[in-house]
Amino acid sequence: MGEVNSMVRPELELATLIVNTLNLEVSPEDIDPDAPLYGEGLGLDSIDMLEIALAISKAHGVKLRSDDESNVRIFSSLRHLSNHIQHLKAA
Amino acid sequence: MSTLPLMRYADAGAAMAWRNGERIDVCRFLATSAALAEALPDCDHIVNLCTDRFDFAAGLAAALMRKQVSLLPPNDRPVMLRQLAQAYPGAVCLTDAGVAYEGMTCVQVPEPPSGGGMREIPSFPEDQVAAIAFTSGSTGQPMPQVKTWGTLVRSVHGEGAALGMAELAGAFLVGTVPHQHMYGLESVILLALQHGMALQAKRPFYPGDIAAALDELPGRRMLVTTPVHLKTLLADGGRLPAVDFLLCATAPLAPQLASEAEWMFDAPLYEIYGCSETGQVAVRRPKLSAEWRCIEGIRLRQDDEGTWASGDFLKGETLLADVIELNAPDRFILHGRSADQVNIAGKRSSLAYLNHHLNSIEGVRDGVFVMPEGVREGGGTVRLTAFVVAPDLTAETLLARLRERIEPAFLPRPLHFVDALPRNATGKLTAEAIQRLLGK
Repeated sequence: MGEVNSMVRPELELATLIVNTLNLEVSPEDIDPDAPLYGEGLGLDSIDMLEIALAISKAHGVKLRSDDESNVRIFSSLRHLSNHIQHLKAA
Repeated sequence: MSTLPLMRYADAGAAMAWRNGERIDVCRFLATSAALAEALPDCDHIVNLCTDRFDFAAGLAAALMRKQVSLLPPNDRPVMLRQLAQAYPGAVCLTDAGVAYEGMTCVQVPEPPSGGGMREIPSFPEDQVAAIAFTSGSTGQPMPQVKTWGTLVRSVHGEGAALGMAELAGAFLVGTVPHQHMYGLESVILLALQHGMALQAKRPFYPGDIAAALDELPGRRMLVTTPVHLKTLLADGGRLPAVDFLLCATAPLAPQLASEAEWMFDAPLYEIYGCSETGQVAVRRPKLSAEWRCIEGIRLRQDDEGTWASGDFLKGETLLADVIELNAPDRFILHGRSADQVNIAGKRSSLAYLNHHLNSIEGVRDGVFVMPEGVREGGGTVRLTAFVVAPDLTAETLLARLRERIEPAFLPRPLHFVDALPRNATGKLTAEAIQRLLGK
């Protein structure tokens, strides 16, 4: 933290959505966009991912898919997840 | 000693699984299981870590054929596997394709043969130990729950009778729960095998995954899930997949959610009550009654200590962790969990177990987990809070150490560092002192 934060606007919006949805005790600006969301890093688990998926579905009208629970980890970072949402919205 | 068959299907050509758009029949399942049984090394225990339902079932069958015991750990974290390797020397891991675990011998399930001749369905003695599941003991060591083939199959037959599963023979079954848990082992894998249903090999996760996993199946469908998944599926607001039967367990459903689910899916919704020690105990259809009915062969009794479950196919008596109002030896109302028990999104543990792990971390001088009362704003899942005295540890380090030891669902959120815990003269933390901490 304290480094230059290079989050782009959709990433910051997503960070805000995640922090608000899960009542996390970090401020959205402090989330490292390249750090893992799941497990290490922000320390989210599969229950969080379900709540985030629901919030994303409501906010952006897109549905996350993983095919299998083990693949939930593909959303390895805020940046990755944000890009994935933009990609789904454009499709 | 009498024997019970591995599976009960109309014939050898009946569908037993659906994997990546491919229908796999009983005959090919048996051939795969037999090939795996030949390939398994000589050992006493197989740690079945497969997530694919077909592979897991083949592993269970192959181990039974070899008189090996399937170990079903609640997770595949290194600490858990190390504990298993110590407690069960020589144990071999059965894994999904391409997965390996350091320091363990790993075997994989062969591809189902394309042809495969007709094979007899094998039967196994009722007293053969089939599987060992694990619960979290208060000492920090996972507590083994030994399950004989007779206990598992008779319990699942009782479940099937209570749920009217005979009607669903030939249907497809999709589960969102892991089969290394008793609920998934009984109500996904064995319910399908013992009532002639075909397993969707995937374990779908997001609402979109669940819908897709159901939609691709060419026939009637049963969904075996949890309150968390059901709630997300209904809240998602998307088109709901066609389902003919819903089964839910791990925590009681709110009555309004149960009614909504029945109405939205236009399918009956049943719930199961049970625990790892006993397996399933009772069922109910919340739309019709709040009262639970024990499956055939299970009885409850109460004394000063609480409610005890026993049964024709269970060994001994088990003290249930919940507060129960007994209306008859086989009918009851559930009033929530006992004080030390926690249930977060269906994962059960005890505060004693979690506190043990917290205090076993180097650098932690004292620490306690607390379950906050009430519900979270917005209806999200309530999490544990922890108060820790660890002047030399950062939150990151402490959480990383905890993550190696306990299920992620129980990680504290928030985690508070304090100078000392307000223990009384006897070293106890009173409920009042804990409330004061929470109020800060």
